[in-house]
Amino acid sequence: MIGFHEAGGPVIPNFGRGTDCLRNNHWFCPSWVRENWGDTLQPALIQHIELTLVVVAIGFAIAFLLALAGFRWRFLDPPLGAATDVLYTLPSIALFTVLVSITGLEVITIAIPLVAYTLFILYRNIVTGLRSVPADVLESARGMGLTRRQTFTKVELPLATPAIMAGLRIATVSTISIATIGAFFINYGLGTPIFDALGVADIFRTKLLAAGGLVILLALVADVLLSLLQRALTPWSRTR
Amino acid sequence: MMLASLFIEALRFIPDNAHLLLDKAVETAKLAFTALGIAVLIALPIGLWLGHKHRGLTFALGVSSVGRALPTIALIGLFIAWLGVGFWNVTAALVVLGIPPILTNAYFAVDGVDRDVVEAARGMGLTERQIVTGVELPLGLPLLLAGIRTAAVFVVATATIAGIAGVQAGGLGQIMANPVVYGQPGVLAAAFVVAAMALLTNFALGLAQQAASRRMAPRA
Repeated sequence: MIGFHEAGGPVIPNFGRGTDCLRNNHWFCPSWVRENWGDTLQPALIQHIELTLVVVAIGFAIAFLLALAGFRWRFLDPPLGAATDVLYTLPSIALFTVLVSITGLEVITIAIPLVAYTLFILYRNIVTGLRSVPADVLESARGMGLTRRQTFTKVELPLATPAIMAGLRIATVSTISIATIGAFFINYGLGTPIFDALGVADIFRTKLLAAGGLVILLALVADVLLSLLQRALTPWSRTR
Repeated sequence: MMLASLFIEALRFIPDNAHLLLDKAVETAKLAFTALGIAVLIALPIGLWLGHKHRGLTFALGVSSVGRALPTIALIGLFIAWLGVGFWNVTAALVVLGIPPILTNAYFAVDGVDRDVVEAARGMGLTERQIVTGVELPLGLPLLLAGIRTAAVFVVATATIAGIAGVQAGGLGQIMANPVVYGQPGVLAAAFVVAAMALLTNFALGLAQQAASRRMAPRA
């Protein structure tokens, strides 16, 4: 008889007891990942990607302008370089904590320090890349009658592209990694499941490993994509 | 709170709590330099040997990109789950973070040494070990020190994460993770101290690096 239970038996609601694997807190339970992908891991992953894209785009725009200034006016380079250096040594936790009191519990509070960190990497790489163009090349560009602007867009910028792209790769990968710490303050991105997992007694290992693994995977995928972009942008370096 | 007044209060916090900050700074330094020492001991021989053999380029590059991608906090969590809460799990996590730049730079430092020079050394009858320690190591020293410098700054700045991992004797990070106890000025003051430590480390190793490259520069 379907749908009828014998009267008088105890009615114990079944909340789901979790698998053996989960109850014993094994290192990795694939079933948990499957069941919680849609409502926990995937949204966090998407937030993480969005945050990274915004941070790197803003950081690149600012760093590029600063680098142009530092490249064009040499006397600006040491102070700009030193300023971006100092930004990098400030520990992220402290920046996040202090910013919470200024910008509140918003995503921007994690975005600002992340942008600051990208500046250090990007500024150095862009300036070094532009500076490393050999004097002979610049000389022949001038000899061919290129204006200052043409020299920059047609000679210096393309030749600096590998260094700039290398900086972009490091900045993107570090941003993905450091963004996890921001979740200590604001629940955003893949740091959230990591801190959730650390917050329970003896650590929810599966959740920690799944979220941590996703961070690493995301960083590696971003690195590969950017290296492909670099190859596409510099076809001349592909001769070998 | 206004940013300027916060800044001034943070600067006041430093002399008022010099003793606390000093204690915590020593804890942070212990964590960071223990980790850095172990990282050097592990990464240097591997990097030197692979560079000497001109083998394992993908390994050296892979280590550096995976190393950058590792989320510190997940790593510390992993070591807590494994080793329990304490000094060593944070140290272990910091060692893992410190290895990539040292290994990669050691590899490229040795790999980039002029092959004619190495051939000449071999022709003079030096053993492989002598070539590594007597020729390649001194010639690659500036680049190698640059890697240790990057790792050192990174490890010092990251050692503060011990604070949010809830480690006792977590150093300056403990202050930063507890604005309720130490106040916003305290957090900022601790950050200044860490930044100063990182900059000092950077500066000291920068001097060593300069000395090394000056010694290796061809004499006029």
